[in-house]
Amino acid sequence: MSPTLRRRLFSIGCILGFFVAWELLCLAFRVSELILPRPSVILVTMWADFPAILPHALQTLYTTLAGFGLGIVIGFLLGMLIGGSRLAYDTAYPMLVGFSSIPKVALVPIFVLWFGAGTVPAILTAMIMCIFPIVVNVATGLSATEPELQDVMKTLRATKLEILWNIGLPRSMPYFFASLKVAATLAFVGSVISETVASNKGIGNLMMIASSNFDVPLVFAGLFILAALGVALYVVFSLIEGRVTGWSVRSDTFSTGG
Amino acid sequence: MKPAIATRSSATENVINLEKVGVSFGVASALVTALAETSLRIAHGEFVALVGPSGCGKSTILKLVAGTLDASQGHVFVAGREVGAAPVRIGMAFQNPTLLPWLNIRDNVMLPLKIVPPFRRGFAAKRKTEYRDRVEALLATVGLAGFGDKFPWQLSGGMQQRASLCRALIHDPTLLLLDEPFGALDQFTREELWEIMQTLWIEKRPTVVLVTHDLKEAAYLASRICVMQARPGRIIEDSVVPFARPRTVEASYEPDFVALTQHLRGRIVAARGNPQAAA
Repeated sequence: MSPTLRRRLFSIGCILGFFVAWELLCLAFRVSELILPRPSVILVTMWADFPAILPHALQTLYTTLAGFGLGIVIGFLLGMLIGGSRLAYDTAYPMLVGFSSIPKVALVPIFVLWFGAGTVPAILTAMIMCIFPIVVNVATGLSATEPELQDVMKTLRATKLEILWNIGLPRSMPYFFASLKVAATLAFVGSVISETVASNKGIGNLMMIASSNFDVPLVFAGLFILAALGVALYVVFSLIEGRVTGWSVRSDTFSTGG
Repeated sequence: MKPAIATRSSATENVINLEKVGVSFGVASALVTALAETSLRIAHGEFVALVGPSGCGKSTILKLVAGTLDASQGHVFVAGREVGAAPVRIGMAFQNPTLLPWLNIRDNVMLPLKIVPPFRRGFAAKRKTEYRDRVEALLATVGLAGFGDKFPWQLSGGMQQRASLCRALIHDPTLLLLDEPFGALDQFTREELWEIMQTLWIEKRPTVVLVTHDLKEAAYLASRICVMQARPGRIIEDSVVPFARPRTVEASYEPDFVALTQHLRGRIVAARGNPQAAA
């Protein structure tokens, strides 16, 4: 058995074991479905209520992706600006830290005030959540560029833009993708927070309504869906990361495949 | 930019002209002089080696000429123009390979063609055809044929250094700056690269400035050797190497050659022991 296969088997075993233990413990201690439903009950609820859940799931996916996309664009540009110029770094960084330390849930009422309840606040909250890690990582990546590599370009009389394009950008890609994996999950947090506070659509809203009806299995079904969506987005960006920044990993798989 | 001086220096056909250049770091209270007032002229097609102990400012001179460091005083002229404005193609190899880890060897070597005129024109079209062949041919001369698709970390340190030399040479530089590029290599690889470098210089006659600790390397490759001393950095001897070319590694064990390296060593040891006496 190869080490990779063994690692995967352990990982799958761990996940399955978690749910089996959950199921068995609930059965053994006769835990009420109003407190903690068993995984099997949750799965049955998901299956039975699928037509009702689907539009909510799509709404959450839509607001999250839209917010995430906006967050990537803005975060990347801000990160380039801050990482590329010492002046911009010193000027903007304290303000950025100030903004990021505001609990994002506190911004939702303001967004609702401006744009009304629904889709827009969810997109904006998701965006705000993911901007900060992206900005910090892109800026760090740019400033981590080795001076020796810049000297190579300078002796060729490259312009600042050419140095940024040929050295700074590729050098910061590993940092950028590391931040995307964090930001992808944060975007879900943002949109779900906004949906629970002010929306009549989305998984967050579904869970709020279900919990006020004491439909606890449906609440957990919402959680499962969120986890699944989050994992899916994480996997997508991990795959892209592997293709773009494989050079920084230097694994055996890359050396034979690249 | 001072046009009057620029005209004069170009008239003497010096590719490099350092006019009373000094470099110091820090503020007045803790000023470190890396290079005391130094003048140096290097003519077109010369192969000059700068030798000396650590901290004597030999790499500083190279950085001044490369334009990655500004002089605190004096003027640096390259091809008759103030450094930076000079229309001269510079190739530089560093002590470390400094290859870009995200590019394979071929794209790394090709980098100057992407940046430097006139090669940059039509780069996108030529990179798969003309430039690719050009890179492969150059890689073959340093024994890296077929390694174009490899990434830097898949190569040994010596091979990376060869690739780095190729990057310094790919755009036919008229001025080649070598900052101890053979320093970290084993004896045999080093001697092999000396031969390659000499052949290349005889064929294309670029102006070369080589910084090195290795006196044998300086005597084998250079047509002129400048000995430097440290604290403050300055040139204490400037002598021509008389040996006929092409030189062989075997010849470097003959009495004349050994006498020259002995002499250079003596000057450096004396300068280290008592800096004032050597000046």
